[in-house]
Amino acid sequence: MAAFVWLTIMTALRILGRNRMRAGLTMLGIVIGVAAVIAMVSIGEGAKRAVQAQIATMGTNVIIIFPGVTSASGVRGSQGSAITLTVSDALELKKRIPLLVDTGWSRRDVMQIVYGNKNWNGPIYGISPSYLTIRDWSFTSGGPFTQTDLDSAARVALIGQTIVDNLFESGEEPVGAVIRIKNVPFRIIGVLAPKGQSSQGSDQDDVIFIPFSTAERKVFGTSFIGSVAAMFGSTDQVEDLPMAAEQIREVLRSRHRLQAEQNDDFTIKTQVDIGKVQEGTSETLTVMLFSIASVSLLVGGIGIMNILLVSVTERTREIGVRMAVGAKRYHIVMQFLIEAMTLSLVGGVLGIVLGVAGAKLTTLIAGWPTIISGNVIVVSFFFSLVVGLFFGLYPANKAARLNPIEALRYE
Amino acid sequence: MAALIECEDVWKIYRVGDVDVQALRGLSLTIEQGEFVAIMGSSGSGKSTLMNMLGCLDQPTKGHYRLNGIEVGRLTPDQLAGIRNQQIGFVFQSFNLIPRTSALENAQLPLFYRGLSLKEQRTKAAEALGRVGLHGREDHYPTQLSGGQQQRVAIARALVTSPSLLLADEPTGNLDTQSSQEIMKILETLNRDEGITIILVTHEIDVAAYAAREIVIKDGQVLSDRVTKARPPASPVEG
Repeated sequence: MAAFVWLTIMTALRILGRNRMRAGLTMLGIVIGVAAVIAMVSIGEGAKRAVQAQIATMGTNVIIIFPGVTSASGVRGSQGSAITLTVSDALELKKRIPLLVDTGWSRRDVMQIVYGNKNWNGPIYGISPSYLTIRDWSFTSGGPFTQTDLDSAARVALIGQTIVDNLFESGEEPVGAVIRIKNVPFRIIGVLAPKGQSSQGSDQDDVIFIPFSTAERKVFGTSFIGSVAAMFGSTDQVEDLPMAAEQIREVLRSRHRLQAEQNDDFTIKTQVDIGKVQEGTSETLTVMLFSIASVSLLVGGIGIMNILLVSVTERTREIGVRMAVGAKRYHIVMQFLIEAMTLSLVGGVLGIVLGVAGAKLTTLIAGWPTIISGNVIVVSFFFSLVVGLFFGLYPANKAARLNPIEALRYE
Repeated sequence: MAALIECEDVWKIYRVGDVDVQALRGLSLTIEQGEFVAIMGSSGSGKSTLMNMLGCLDQPTKGHYRLNGIEVGRLTPDQLAGIRNQQIGFVFQSFNLIPRTSALENAQLPLFYRGLSLKEQRTKAAEALGRVGLHGREDHYPTQLSGGQQQRVAIARALVTSPSLLLADEPTGNLDTQSSQEIMKILETLNRDEGITIILVTHEIDVAAYAAREIVIKDGQVLSDRVTKARPPASPVEG
């Protein structure tokens, strides 16, 4: 039996080698299918990993609370337009919800920053010191401001890498320098470590952090003291996020004296929710690409079946001779199945090589991250084997069912 | 000793459209081990059907066909394939070699389905090619061989399994006179020296003359059956 299989494989290879052009064209479908699956899944996985990394830059186990929308005579403002969240809300949440490790808050405005003869328009964030730890900001030089700076409304600032690049000469040390925001001088006490793009695509390093109290009193000119644009909380465990979010909702509803029939005047989002949306997008993409690639594999399989049917017809006499000298049905079935599987496997291997090369090339040329997993290679290999087996069965059976007398007489 | 071939009231009826065609009508025939028989008959006489049946490519509709005592009519297609592989060698008019496959590999083919090791297949096939005078042509492809040589490869393929029965269906039909004589001499030698039973279908009287017994088929029945040559004395190895 082993000799039979071995010889049949050799025969199959020889027959395919004889018709190189035909074999090549037949395999093309499988080659393209497998290559597409591998390239697409690699790109999809790479995108997923990149999204996960971006989401991780938000911080660890973060909950974000935005104020609700204003509604003046039925006209709704944009999200966060209402002034419903305050510093005391944030402090109260921390006090009443043990699940929350810490809470922070921020308020944002875009303003001109001047240093020497250069200027830059960037988002200024007035923040609580706790914001920095919740959002996992670290420093390349200098360090954060403290509760004391917040209490005294100190004129100190932390700047992101984008601001450094735009206001300072390369090699110049920003820490200790004095910049002016709305003509108020601020001393830079820290440079933030770069985070790169956010999951929405904005530059997270284009930021200036100043103490919330300083921002309120000296820069923004807020009319409602204590109102914040966003509140942040964090938990120890990622599993605690939904529970913490629910408790935050209850506390805020009672503090805002909302009746049962009234909607929340705030929105709570957890890092998990945001991650789900993002991953969902890339998952949809992966599934879509995978199904396109599968269709191509299917077409490739049909191509193999087609050429095998032609081959069965062409070799009817040969099949007759084989039967006459004692080939049993399974011998004939095996012969054609092995031919089909040789076609699909050679195609599969070529496809794998092409797919991996394609993924690498995508990274090289387009700069997209790609991840080639061993799994997808094994699955593709197995899949092409199955395609060969499945689409080889019909022609193989057709060959084995030939009547030897008629096959021998076939012209 | 039981006869090699026993046909007893054999009928073969095909259905073509709505019409039944009776190719064999109660044919009875006995052939002993070691005979060299020529079967003759005009086209449509049923001799091809008879040959297919004797070669276990086909089964009777009615009646009994026993080969070496085995009732062929009751066998499954795979069992028939097994019998063909073990007991029967075929030589066809159009050679029926597998194209673009060397002489050696063509001769190996029956052994391939017998599941022998590759080495054994090669040794036996090379030996069979030697017996038909094709030593040194093992690697030639059919297109590189003359018609006579191709038919000799086919004979080697039939011989390689040491069959008890060799069926030659107009083996010289596509050959010139000289090649025909060569082929018939080989068959004659195989019958005389090795005691292989040979059944030959032919139109040609001078080809049939090599055989020791001549059976004429007409309308699916035996028309005449006569011994044309005295059988050679039974050799001690026979049987």
